[in-house]
Amino acid sequence: MIAYIIRRALYAIPILIGVNLLTFMLFFVVNSPEEVARLHLGDKYTTQEQVEAWKQEHGYDKPLLYNPEAGGLEQLTDTIFYTKSVRLFVFDFGNSDSGRNIGHDIRQRMWPSLAIAVPSLLLGLLLNATLALMLAFFRATYLDVGGVVLCVVLMSISSLFYIIGGQYLVGKLLQLVPISGYDTGFEAVKFLILPVIIGVIYGIGSGTRWYRTLFLEEISKDYVRTARAKGLSEQWVLFRHVLRNALIPILTGVVVILPLLFMGSLITESFFGIPGLGSYTIDAIQRQDFSIVRAMVFLGTVLYILGLLLTDISYTLADPRIRLR
Amino acid sequence: MWVVLLTDFFLYLLLAGVGLYVGFVLRTPHLRHAWRSVMTRRGGAVSVVALGFFAAIAILDSVHFHPRLEQPGAQVEYSNEILSVFDVLVGPLRTQIERTYSAPFAYHAHSKETRETPQGRVRVYPRLEYGGAHLENPEQERGWDIAVRVLRGALLGAGVWGLLWLSAWQIRRLRGGKPRPSGEAAIPWWSVGVTALLILMLIGSATQLAGAYHVFGTDKVGEDVLYQTLKSIRTGVLIGTLTTLIMLPFAIALGITAGYYRGWVDDVIQYIYITLNSIPGVLLIAASILSLHVYLNAHAEEYTSLAERADLRLLFLCMILGLTSWTGLCRLLRGESLKLREHEYIQAAVAFGVSGPRILLRHILPNVMHIVLITVVLDFSGLVLAEAVLSYVDIGVDPSMNSWGNMINSARLEMSREPPVWWSLTASFVFMFGLVLFANLLSDAVRDAFDPRVKR
Repeated sequence: MIAYIIRRALYAIPILIGVNLLTFMLFFVVNSPEEVARLHLGDKYTTQEQVEAWKQEHGYDKPLLYNPEAGGLEQLTDTIFYTKSVRLFVFDFGNSDSGRNIGHDIRQRMWPSLAIAVPSLLLGLLLNATLALMLAFFRATYLDVGGVVLCVVLMSISSLFYIIGGQYLVGKLLQLVPISGYDTGFEAVKFLILPVIIGVIYGIGSGTRWYRTLFLEEISKDYVRTARAKGLSEQWVLFRHVLRNALIPILTGVVVILPLLFMGSLITESFFGIPGLGSYTIDAIQRQDFSIVRAMVFLGTVLYILGLLLTDISYTLADPRIRLR
Repeated sequence: MWVVLLTDFFLYLLLAGVGLYVGFVLRTPHLRHAWRSVMTRRGGAVSVVALGFFAAIAILDSVHFHPRLEQPGAQVEYSNEILSVFDVLVGPLRTQIERTYSAPFAYHAHSKETRETPQGRVRVYPRLEYGGAHLENPEQERGWDIAVRVLRGALLGAGVWGLLWLSAWQIRRLRGGKPRPSGEAAIPWWSVGVTALLILMLIGSATQLAGAYHVFGTDKVGEDVLYQTLKSIRTGVLIGTLTTLIMLPFAIALGITAGYYRGWVDDVIQYIYITLNSIPGVLLIAASILSLHVYLNAHAEEYTSLAERADLRLLFLCMILGLTSWTGLCRLLRGESLKLREHEYIQAAVAFGVSGPRILLRHILPNVMHIVLITVVLDFSGLVLAEAVLSYVDIGVDPSMNSWGNMINSARLEMSREPPVWWSLTASFVFMFGLVLFANLLSDAVRDAFDPRVKR
């Protein structure tokens, strides 16, 4: 098991190198730092000196991969690739294009993101599993058919509609909670209620439908027929046998996204003005702050690979038949 | 003077491909059977009709030309502007531009203006230039006028529907329809007819109303919202289809090659798609679009018109979305070909000395096509929804292009106005919902019909 984890962690290294090379290509080879500088400074009336000054200020004035002017090891380290890309491996994100320390910002901003993501995930899981179990209990009745149709309808509505509609209805018409903003400590709850509820409602359609198929798959298995043949009641069969076994794919599905919860939700956070990592990323994209985007791409990749590893481990914990070698 | 934009070209290519596929399906019994079973599901049949309507608008909107300038003299000159056939068909919608916001079916503007009168300054709602302009006394006449127009349009639509239905019936009778083989379910013609009738009646009413009113109101610069929503259909459909068209060759080629050859080929291909897949989708899209921004910014002078630039950006967006979404299909195909290569018929082919590429093309590819089809249909709705979100984050289509995402993006602050301007948002959400809902229904029907794991 431990050997497996170590091997998987080592597998992650070539992937991270690949991701790093890809982002490096996107940001420095496709477009030269020169063009980036011109984009930031505005098109016209920009002198060459201003461009050079901007490049120097942000550390883009070095050669891309190899610096012939420096001596010794500096030939490789005094380059854009080393300072901007290789340093990411030790989670040293450097400064953003506007001069703030990215690592510090990330550590500060992950808490609001988690404050939204964790309750949404847990509530959604509970609600979707309950609804799906209900549909499975009433399977092949009009309630089931209607429920599935409703799920498809809910799935077809844009996430933006839930957010804008929810803000208008709850925030503006009913004036129950503030529309957007954030506060520290316990005061934050009133800002978190609406995004969490909207996040849960948005997930109902696809979540319930998926869990329902999982339950139905489980119900059609032989051990369930045996359980019924023993004379167990339908409720008992569903709760004791079907639910427990169907929870394995449900929980492992959740484990994959656990690490990514740190990244927050881009759209929700920016609509509700919550200073999490999601709105951080959106702001960076809109300000075209490449350093932050690069850091977030790297962080997201690391978390995703971590999620896959956790999934494998959780499989062995949930199902003793699976052995990791 | 006709113009073929890049995305137009790909759309024509796609249409040709769909045409070939339809011909192939008609000649292949098992595919015909599967598609028939898609059509026997009510959801499938209804959504095929409804999606046909969306597709028709998208295609009409993809035939572009430079309009001829009205000029005295013999010399023929063409305008720089690029119009589509659809623009011409909906004529007044495009040209009747008010000054600013107005509500749906309004005859006056949304907010009051100060007017100088002999009695001094008064605050009044100014009449609109086009919306309800034909009414002498709008307060009383408007209701009747709208009702009469809707009725007339509905009757017109019903008339067209009747003609179509009659001619279809005649053709069927003349061809001497074969009796349905026993065991095959009937196609729910009743639902198909009702859907078509409803759509035609809606189109009919819209044609009667559009010249005289702004059915969905007007936006900040006075453009008709109905026109914008209809134009957005093309963007949505293109993103949903072109993205898959672009990614398909890669996903199929790499997926089945990896699965069939295994060994180091498999390792390399797996490495590529795992790496791409590890980057959170939105961030990869954002990174690529940002670097595209810089590129377009640096090469701004190479594009003659705004439309061409927007078009190029749309194509790039499709490519980038394709780049991030092909990995899922590739993984599925690899898994399936890993299974298929152990089958006896493949081993027989190997024993007969059939070459590797030939086995891939003749023996593996046809047997994974159902996965490809299911994925293509399944991805469509997700891509349409993704466009809206991406445009909201400013990494979607060009701001000058009509799209539901851009409409929502520019209208999201309008809900906080007093009274709120709700029609832009509503119109775009309703149309997007329609397209996505029918695509979801179709994908359910397709999956049920083609996925061998679903028990029939």
